[in-house]
Amino acid sequence: MNPGTTISISSLLIASSLVAISLLFSYYQKLGLEKETIISVGRAIIQLVLVGYILEYIFGQKNPVFTTGLLMIMTFNAAYNAAKRGQNIKRGLLISFVAIAAGTIITLSILLFSGAIHYEPFQIIPIGGMIISNAMVALGLCYRRLSTDFMDKREEVETKLALGADILPASIEILKDSIRTGMLPTIDSAKTLGIVALPGMMTGLILAGVSPIMAIRYQLMVTFMMLSTTAIASFTACFLAYRTFFNQRKQLI
Amino acid sequence: MSLLEMQKVSYQNEKKLILQEISLKVAAGDFISLVGPSGSGKSTILKLCCHLLSPTQGKILFKGKDIKQYNPLDLRRRIAYCAQTPYLFGETVEDNFSFPYLIRKQKIDLARVQTLLSRFNLDGKILKNRVQSLSGGEKQRIALIRTLLFKPEILLLDEVTSALDVANTELVEKEIYTLNQTGMTILWVTHSPEQSRKYANILLSLEQGKIKTREVLK
Repeated sequence: MNPGTTISISSLLIASSLVAISLLFSYYQKLGLEKETIISVGRAIIQLVLVGYILEYIFGQKNPVFTTGLLMIMTFNAAYNAAKRGQNIKRGLLISFVAIAAGTIITLSILLFSGAIHYEPFQIIPIGGMIISNAMVALGLCYRRLSTDFMDKREEVETKLALGADILPASIEILKDSIRTGMLPTIDSAKTLGIVALPGMMTGLILAGVSPIMAIRYQLMVTFMMLSTTAIASFTACFLAYRTFFNQRKQLI
Repeated sequence: MSLLEMQKVSYQNEKKLILQEISLKVAAGDFISLVGPSGSGKSTILKLCCHLLSPTQGKILFKGKDIKQYNPLDLRRRIAYCAQTPYLFGETVEDNFSFPYLIRKQKIDLARVQTLLSRFNLDGKILKNRVQSLSGGEKQRIALIRTLLFKPEILLLDEVTSALDVANTELVEKEIYTLNQTGMTILWVTHSPEQSRKYANILLSLEQGKIKTREVLK
């Protein structure tokens, strides 16, 4: 490993003076952000220390059942958050859970099959976390788009229903747009990888002393898995959710 | 037996009561005009008839059977509805005509499309035109043709001549009358008193969600 892969407590303390710079700016410019800055830094310290210890404990557990259980809790939390973005979508929590789980299971299975990662908590949990949170953000975007489109394009859907179309052909354009909306941020960020910013994972690996060439391999894997997860999750969620805008008699609610 | 019958139908949305105990019988071959001020519930009656809405009270029968017992898709293909503001989707006019075929898993019958276009005074070349480039009157006629491609049994029309000039209004009225003469049952909503009496055999006037008068014209 390169020198500087570990960071000492004293270095961290000196680095914390950077917070003081931010506070000074706020104070002299009367931005009124001092209190919030202190609270946010305090929270960051407490949360990260806790997460550090929790992860240390989790990574020590070699039991795959434990790892799987944790993945399910993460999926549930993500589903709960995504469902809040689509409050007019009935059974939003269940739909989100199924969609995120589908994206996670398929993506993780392929990664495991390829040998890129192993079913070890120190690999599965961080990678699972990235996949799940990415899917959660994508679903939030999908739901917002679905809800607004079903409101704004009511006329289009009713016109198609009146012509004798089933609910899928009547709303396929809305579905396509919603899936696209869910996927676009991931596609856009893939486009600018390495040009606009070095992605977090790559930066972390390089800081930890891994050669950039190796770090790139991991980053590419992350990019592939993000693309597949958002596609699977957005597609599943939109196809399950659009039905909830209609009743049994195929009328727009 | 009536072809279509509303039995004490009421309809209420989240905000207000729109229709109150409407009873109405439509016989096969009827040409019924529905008139009334804005907000009197005319469009709602049409939407209930093609099952885009369900009554909150009462029943609607088609050929003696509650319309809830029909497959909604099949029903809407037999009882076709053309809305007041013509909504054209897709990119070109052709997209609008191919849609009814697509949902029936058929290839577009261009000969049929061309016949209808010329009957409604539209050039065949309009098929390739972009939807946004059309005038209000063209949109209205295209929406009407789109509804007529598969000869429905009942045609529900909601002020389909509101954006047309005098000549085209007359042409559309005559075409609709011809359809009626060949057996299609027509229920049409109009604002114009003159238009409502021209071809119809029954004139119904609505006020505040109730049928005010029923006049047999022919």
